[in-house]
Amino acid sequence: MGAEQIIFFFLAAFTVVMASLVVFSKNPVHSVLFLILTMFGIAGHYLSLNAQFLAVVHIIVYAGAIMVLFLFVIMLLNLNKESEPRKTLWWQLGAVIGGGSLMLTLIASFQSTIKLPIAHEIDSNIGLVKPLGKVLFTEYVVPFEISSVLFLAALVGAVLIGQRKQEEPNHS
Amino acid sequence: MQLLLIPGITQEHYLWLSAILFSIGVTGVLIRRNAIILLMCIELMLNAVNLLFAAFSTYLSDSNGQIFVFFIMVVAAAEAAVGLAILILTYRNSRTTEVTYWDKLKW
Repeated sequence: MGAEQIIFFFLAAFTVVMASLVVFSKNPVHSVLFLILTMFGIAGHYLSLNAQFLAVVHIIVYAGAIMVLFLFVIMLLNLNKESEPRKTLWWQLGAVIGGGSLMLTLIASFQSTIKLPIAHEIDSNIGLVKPLGKVLFTEYVVPFEISSVLFLAALVGAVLIGQRKQEEPNHS
Repeated sequence: MQLLLIPGITQEHYLWLSAILFSIGVTGVLIRRNAIILLMCIELMLNAVNLLFAAFSTYLSDSNGQIFVFFIMVVAAAEAAVGLAILILTYRNSRTTEVTYWDKLKW
């Protein structure tokens, strides 16, 4: 096993362990921090897949924007270990068994698939900014513009939903 | 910076990794009752699918998959923003983030 494969398996193990800690840690703030580490592991996988642009955008969007939003909401609502709702042990056991069977089913179905195709010569440049930008702004320019409208709608919706009404008494 | 593809690592490895990550996300949705953690587990599942898209895009030498990952990130960001706004609104009304309290529509 070469050094590169050791890096892959280390990154994979890191990502999986951090993802399980997101699910199983009791404190919501710890969950968010572990999810940020998971995002860094996935960004490392993107780097090893020659998807450099995706790796950088992934870190900026997830670790920089979405996770900070989650963290702010958790701190705004003042959630901690004490206010964390608990499920019964039987329910947790059943959920773990259900998730495990889903994983077994997925892996078994992947095992029985035919051999996956690989391109004859792998172009290592497709993940860079210039080739991706060329595709994004020629072939996919209409979905790109539509996604900007989606963002505008999400922005207006979030502000409209989140604002406090004037006559509502201030109790916080 | 040009990293080479890892020798000996095939698409099957990435299939298994993202299957494991997706199952962890599903387990999280089943096991937790805090609505914020549920949203985070949905992000985890989206990321498992993103990783698979990127892996296939690289191994097939086709950039369409990476464009799709980009659009999935766009939708995930919009979803997180609106979902957290709805969460704050419901918290203001019921003073809890536990999903089992919001069962007015369940009959």
